[in-house]
Amino acid sequence: MIGPEEGVMQSRAQAMAAMLELMTDQLLIVCNGFPSREACKLRDRIQNFYMIGSMGATAGIGLGLALAQPDKTVVVFDGDGNVLMSLGTLATISALRPKNLIHVVFDNEVYGTTGNQPTYSRVVGLDKMAKAAGYKNVERVWEREDIVYEFKAMLGDDGPSFLLVKVNEQLEDADRIALSPAELTKRFKGSVT
Amino acid sequence: MSSNTVLEADDFVKGLQGIGFDFFTGVPDTILGGIIAHLTEERLYTPAVREDEAVAMAAGAYLGGKIPVVLMQNSGLGNALNVLASLNLIYQIPCLLLVSWRGFEGKDAPEHLVMGETMTTLLDTVRIPHRTLSQKTIVDDLKWTATTFMEKRIPVALLLKKGIVKTIQP
Repeated sequence: MIGPEEGVMQSRAQAMAAMLELMTDQLLIVCNGFPSREACKLRDRIQNFYMIGSMGATAGIGLGLALAQPDKTVVVFDGDGNVLMSLGTLATISALRPKNLIHVVFDNEVYGTTGNQPTYSRVVGLDKMAKAAGYKNVERVWEREDIVYEFKAMLGDDGPSFLLVKVNEQLEDADRIALSPAELTKRFKGSVT
Repeated sequence: MSSNTVLEADDFVKGLQGIGFDFFTGVPDTILGGIIAHLTEERLYTPAVREDEAVAMAAGAYLGGKIPVVLMQNSGLGNALNVLASLNLIYQIPCLLLVSWRGFEGKDAPEHLVMGETMTTLLDTVRIPHRTLSQKTIVDDLKWTATTFMEKRIPVALLLKKGIVKTIQP
C-alpha cells in the first residue's frame, strides 16, 4: 500500500475547507468533536448539521436523511473513530445503496478530540472495509489535488460513495458550536423542508 | 379495534400511519414479527443492524421531514441509550420507540429478566415517556403517542407485550 509521505498530508481543516468550498446546496452531517467545530468555523451553512455527542451515529443519521430526501445529495463528514464504533453501518449503507449519499471519512488515526489516543485505522484500512461491504465508489486520498478531484467526481456521480481522506493530527483552533442542539435541529430541518 | 382479541398487524400499522408515522426501521423481535412482516410486505420497513443505528437513521429521517418509528426488543434499549440521550433528547429529535417487552413478569428466558424488570424504571430515569399498549386502550394509546410526540419533540415509547398484536409465530 502506498502511503502518504511526510509533509504532503493536509490537516483535517485544510482538507475540509477545500471540500466545503465545492459544496452548493448539499446537506451535510458532521460528526461530533473537533470536526463539527472546524466545519462551523470554516464555512457555516444552514444545511450543516453539527453533532456534539452520539459518537458512532453520524453515518446512520446521514443514511436516514438520504433515504428521506432521495432528490438531495447528502454528505457525511465522519471520522475514523466514529466509523470504527459502528462498522455495521457500512453494511447497512451498502445493502440499501442510497445513490445520494457521500460518506467522507477524515482519518487521522487517532481520537483527536480526547488527546490523540491511537485508533485501529492505522492498521485496518477503512477504505478496504467500505469496498468489501459494497459501496459503489471508494477512494483513498491525502494530497489536496486528489481530495478536490475525487470529491468533485463523487458530487457528480451516483453513490453510495466512500472517500477516505488521510489527514495529519493537527487540530484547528475552533470554539464550541454557539447554537444549542435544539436550535441546530430547527435550523437544519428548516433548510431541508 | 377496542376489544380483547389479538390485533391484526395491518390494523395496528394503519393506526400508526393514521397518526402520521411514515418511516419504519428497527431490529427484529418475535413479538414484533407480524408487524415487521406486514411493513416489509408494504415496502415500508428499512432494517437496521443495531438499535442505535436504527435510532440514528430515524433521526436523519426526521431531519428530512419524516415521522419515524423504531422497532426493537427491550434488550436493544441498552444499545440505543447513548444516541437517545446525547442526540434525540438534547436536539429535540422525536421518534416513536415501539419496544417489545420481553421478560414481562419474569416469565421469559434468563437473558430477558433484568431488562424485563427494569425497563420502565430505565425509561423514567432518562425521562422518556412511555405507555404499555393494550387492545382495550389502543385508541387512547395512539392519541397519547401523537400528542406527546408533537408537544415534547422527544422519543416516546410504546411497550408491546406478547399477545397484543398478532405475530408470525404461534
